[in-house]
Amino acid sequence: MQHYSGFGLLKHAMSHHENWQRVWRNPTPKKSYDVVIVGGGGHGLATAYYLAKEFGITNVAVIEKGYLGGGNTARNTTIVRSNYLWDESAFLYEHAMKLWEGLSQDLNYNVMFSQRGVLNLGHTLQDMRDISRRVNANRLNGIDGEMLDAQQVKEIVPDMDCSANRRYPVMGASWQPRGGVARHDAVAWGFARGADALGVDLIQQCAVEGFEIEDGTVTGVKTTQYGTIKAGKVGCVVAGNSGVLADMAGLRLPLESHPLQALVSEPIKPILDTVVMSNHVHGYVSQSDKGDLVIGAGIDGYNGYGQRGSYPTIEHTVSAILELFPIFSRVRMNRQWGGIVDTTPDACPLISKTEIENLYFNCGWGTGGFKATPGSGHVFAASLAKGEMHELAKPFSIDRFNTGALIDEHGAAGVAH
Amino acid sequence: MSQPNRIQGNNASAQSRVDVSKPITFSFNNKPYTGYAGDTIASALLANDVDVVGRSFKYGRPRGIVAAGAEEPNAILQLGKTEATQVPNIRATQQLIYEGLECHSTNGWPSTERDVMGVVGKLFGRFMPPGFYYKTFMAPSKLWMTYEKMIRKGAGLGRSPKAVDPDTYETINQHADVLVVGGGPAGITAALNAARTGARVILADEQNEFGGNLLSQTDLLDGAPAQDWIDNSIDELATADNVTLLINATVNGYHDHNFLTIHERCTDQSFDLAPEGEIRQRMHRVRAKQVILATGAHERPLVFGNNDIPGCMLASAVSTYINRYNVVPGKKLLLMTSNDNAYNTAFDWHNSGRLVRAIIDTRPAAGKTVVKKATDAGIEIIYSSAIVQAQGNTCISNAMVAPLDETGEKLSGSVKQYDCDTIATSSGWNPAVHLSCHTGGRPTWREDIQGFVPDNFNKNMIATGAGNGLYPLTEILQDAASAGAFAANACGFNATKTSYAKAAVEDVAPSMPIFHIPHFKPTSRAPKQFVDFQLDVTAAGIELAVQEGFESIEHVKRYTALGFGTDQGKLSNINGMAIAAKKLGKTIPETGTTVFRPNYTPVTFGAISGRNVNEFFDIERYSALHTWHVENGAEFEDVGQWKRPWYFPKGEESMHEAVNRECLATRNGVGIIDASTLGKIDIQGPDAREFLNRVYTNAWSKLPVGRCRYGLMCGEDGMVFDDGVTSCISDNHFIMTTTSGGAAHVFNWLEIWHQTEWPELEVYFNSVTDQWATLSISGPKARLLLGELTDIDLNPDTFKFMDLREGVVAGVPARVFRISFTGEQSYEINVQANYALAVWEKLFEHGAKYDITPYGTETMHVLRAEKGFIIVGQDTDGSMTPYDLDMGWAVSPAKEFSFLGKRSLAREDTVKENRKQLVGLKTTDAKTVAPEGSQIVLDPNQKIPMTMVGHVTSSYYSAVLERSIAMAVIKGGLDKMGDKVYMPQADGTTIEAEICSPVFYDPKGERQNVK
Repeated sequence: MQHYSGFGLLKHAMSHHENWQRVWRNPTPKKSYDVVIVGGGGHGLATAYYLAKEFGITNVAVIEKGYLGGGNTARNTTIVRSNYLWDESAFLYEHAMKLWEGLSQDLNYNVMFSQRGVLNLGHTLQDMRDISRRVNANRLNGIDGEMLDAQQVKEIVPDMDCSANRRYPVMGASWQPRGGVARHDAVAWGFARGADALGVDLIQQCAVEGFEIEDGTVTGVKTTQYGTIKAGKVGCVVAGNSGVLADMAGLRLPLESHPLQALVSEPIKPILDTVVMSNHVHGYVSQSDKGDLVIGAGIDGYNGYGQRGSYPTIEHTVSAILELFPIFSRVRMNRQWGGIVDTTPDACPLISKTEIENLYFNCGWGTGGFKATPGSGHVFAASLAKGEMHELAKPFSIDRFNTGALIDEHGAAGVAH
Repeated sequence: MSQPNRIQGNNASAQSRVDVSKPITFSFNNKPYTGYAGDTIASALLANDVDVVGRSFKYGRPRGIVAAGAEEPNAILQLGKTEATQVPNIRATQQLIYEGLECHSTNGWPSTERDVMGVVGKLFGRFMPPGFYYKTFMAPSKLWMTYEKMIRKGAGLGRSPKAVDPDTYETINQHADVLVVGGGPAGITAALNAARTGARVILADEQNEFGGNLLSQTDLLDGAPAQDWIDNSIDELATADNVTLLINATVNGYHDHNFLTIHERCTDQSFDLAPEGEIRQRMHRVRAKQVILATGAHERPLVFGNNDIPGCMLASAVSTYINRYNVVPGKKLLLMTSNDNAYNTAFDWHNSGRLVRAIIDTRPAAGKTVVKKATDAGIEIIYSSAIVQAQGNTCISNAMVAPLDETGEKLSGSVKQYDCDTIATSSGWNPAVHLSCHTGGRPTWREDIQGFVPDNFNKNMIATGAGNGLYPLTEILQDAASAGAFAANACGFNATKTSYAKAAVEDVAPSMPIFHIPHFKPTSRAPKQFVDFQLDVTAAGIELAVQEGFESIEHVKRYTALGFGTDQGKLSNINGMAIAAKKLGKTIPETGTTVFRPNYTPVTFGAISGRNVNEFFDIERYSALHTWHVENGAEFEDVGQWKRPWYFPKGEESMHEAVNRECLATRNGVGIIDASTLGKIDIQGPDAREFLNRVYTNAWSKLPVGRCRYGLMCGEDGMVFDDGVTSCISDNHFIMTTTSGGAAHVFNWLEIWHQTEWPELEVYFNSVTDQWATLSISGPKARLLLGELTDIDLNPDTFKFMDLREGVVAGVPARVFRISFTGEQSYEINVQANYALAVWEKLFEHGAKYDITPYGTETMHVLRAEKGFIIVGQDTDGSMTPYDLDMGWAVSPAKEFSFLGKRSLAREDTVKENRKQLVGLKTTDAKTVAPEGSQIVLDPNQKIPMTMVGHVTSSYYSAVLERSIAMAVIKGGLDKMGDKVYMPQADGTTIEAEICSPVFYDPKGERQNVK
């Protein structure tokens, strides 16, 4: 792998950038792999990377039906935080946060992880009770967090209207300084480049259309381009298409796929230095390094696989942002788009074995998967490598929908992701 | 104040749309300029010979106006006279000037002409290939936030206003048989043919007048100037009742089921601030049976060295400025084209009386018509050649022209210099397919026109005209007429014939597929050849992306940022794809299609939200007694959409003092609360009782008429999500109450289960929350007070706790429920909402002697907490079962039919030991009120991460008990009575408390029966 550095950049500039090498190969797949990862998004690529790097399993293929990082990895609002309420979630997302903190260096690829802080606003007395509960839980779990009043929020976001004249005035917020945003494409590309360098085959434009299953054990995947590819283990990391893929294996997952939309304004000069999220008015916003206001909100109510949503959701989202920032009224929306999120009944992921031996699923991240990318990949890789679920992944088994051991992030800390 | 580039006298365009009798003064970068009514900022600046309008994003290069419409990438300005009326990123080509307009360039320091970043760009540009930031700024890791701050300094174009927009916006719903998008020759013709059938037609165009490209060209229609035809056609449409004409109205988004949004700019083309009583912009939300896309096409520039020097323009844009605005943007033109059409630009320029240096045609030959015209005008044509490089700094001084081989991929001879100050280029046209892609359509490549056209996946959408790759005017008109008739017929109208104007037929030679002009140096070493001007994406950058393995066009775009600007790549996408395709050794369609998403052009947030901002962001709901509460000094709390009185401070009282007073008054005399916001659902039908059995955890089969019962509702997961009292009015008539915030959800929940799972049950639901006001009096004097005002027999031995009586209260019919959320003897008086204030005032009149005291939600919370009554949503969080709440008495597992949540209540995790359970807490220091949300641990000395066993859900100071009380959920709490627990606080202190029963006051419930 060609090492990236400021010095390297200078050197390549002298040769007119004619000698940059490929970031990854474009290989023809082998007949058989120890592990096949289905899905070349951030989570799948991270899984492959950690399999090779941490567990020495390099005979790995990632099979992607489109282009790498082209699904939800490319469509989210890039927020990273770990201030979850329940221990199970908090430890998983904090695990990811710690990996984020050294990720650019680890990958030798600048994922532009910007720890500019995340505010989760409260607008009602109950919001403030929930924030207090969550911040206290974070603190005792060793996760950074503070509870702020409206005045303190105003100091961090001077251009937000924190006055009492709003329909739902800001009463306070939780504040996680280590939270922030990252450059989503770079995360996928960095993991892809790292995995490729360690020997992982990245197979693009090749869809999986079925599984080879013998005596209840998966032995390979059937692909559109290359026929059957044998696999010791198969890890499926396909987000909104998880239900479709599970169906190919005869499984039903407790998932619903919904459109989730996001939008950006035209680029404007820096005006927002942190991430502002409000569950109550239902919108969240940050500003990209290019200057776009990056805005999102809730899922569309109906199920679907089309990567677009309905206009009323956009209207409500924009209204929510104007409720927080009335000064943005004359700023203009440039572009909107949609991804397909796989939601579970308790708003927590599934990282799990299945009733088919050696077939694993990592899905159900709903609206909040991006922030987990390195952590999700890491615990999934560990589970695939050892054949036993990683400690942090265990609570997220499919079986919790049988036992009832749900981790319900809706009611208690149902902050928008 | 002169306008050196405004064409004067005989050379002036006969079809000019500016009104020279109306001069307008405006300012750009603090300098005053004059233009005329009808000018855009762009045409007025060009008239005044302004070359540099901005600086490029990454390299700080000087940039000028390139285009004349929505595709303009460079002329992005900050508009506005006051802080509150600032508009970032206005496209100078789409904003008309008005008296006093002020605009500025968005980049450049200290000035746009002399920009420091330009120097930085020159020196360091070579170190900034695409994606350079992914390869550096990684060490030391701590410095990234500092690097990022520097990067952000260069971010953005314009700036957000810092003051609140004084203007208003609105949305309007529209329905149409046929929506015609675009009011050029195709759109007008289609609209005419559809409208003549009687179909309801909307014709919308983004420009300030109809005519589209006809306004820019010199074509004749039916032998007369095209403007005559436009005027006659628009007159006909304007007088038809079935037609809505919208100008300054961009169809910006196309959604599923032919739902489109039209962004109409009502007053902002003429005013900084909308005049009194008028709105700034309006969003039309249109549902159309048929949509005709007559969106036209955008010309493609040719990519060559230094093609961003001000003076490099689209050929068609140059024609537009000459013909429509009477502005010729230079003195000496060099035209480079790969097609016949662009020759017209040279003729227009020539006719304006200025010099056409030469026409550089990349082809070996051109069509007979244009060649003859050129020869007649004495314009030199240089075939099989191309401009390889422009020279100059803030304006063009000359151009380097070299012969091309027949493939167009190599130069085949030596370079010749041509002096010129304007270079117009054309590599053909891209149909504006954007809208057709919004709902998932993927455009189809047509080799014959070297462009993508809309695919026809949507059977209720027709593309016509240049927007569908049709360029000869006579064919456009014919096709558009058919499209109009077809769309009307599809809506059930009867179009028997079509009609359209006739245009001249010209002999046209085929155009040459060429996008990127080769340089005598390799692309990587040649002067920058810009593809996306706004984001400084060059041909070398695209080739480098491919070289690095970004082979999917989506990867190329994301890696280089191609097409991510505010112009969304209208000029750059196809050129970028062509360059990537060549590098990949693939064809353009193999490389991929473009994916466009809303918006076609940017839309203000204000217009999207319309009136749904400020107080209308979410409706405010008030009870019938709201004005009384306001007049009596209530502080309010948001509960769902309701504004509920939180407490009623007297004089200078603090909240704490007010709540203590209200609590004691209720415990000792009588308190009154407006409980009208409680959700009320009227349930009727022979199966009403059975339905209640299924949605509540407890049994309803035997509830007698005139009795009330408390019930819990669980989700399928067995977790409590709402509670309330339901009363039996008659055997098939019940009235259900829900929490104030949960009413809508409960109502939907009932309907969902009824409609989808149990349609066989005959039961009907009606929300009656607003119809009934609920006045709840509570306290030892409640019965005395009510007795003075009602004919109902209040004898406690017959009108018992949890009884319901109907009668007259304060002269109006009422339902009185003897139920209590305070533990005191209480009556909930329900009257028709319109009578509520009169009854409320009567209660105060008679209650004065008992010191009747109004209280709000805070006192209600304290009083119920003293009794250990839960508030769903505060003491529960979606993870508590009835058993966790120690409310197993409200579960009847033996019911004949199952109930919602029953199965889950028996699951492994739900029945396990050590679940969190609701208990009371008494702090060791009676004066310390533990903060709600405090986490509870058993070992206060444990190191982080600490083992948390629960948290405080409710916590108050109880005035009647003279100590703090709290409710909490604690693992295995019901078996831990008397145990000590600890609550570590953020300030480092730890609060100690003892687990106890949550019933702090009157544990035997005797106060209910005070005589």
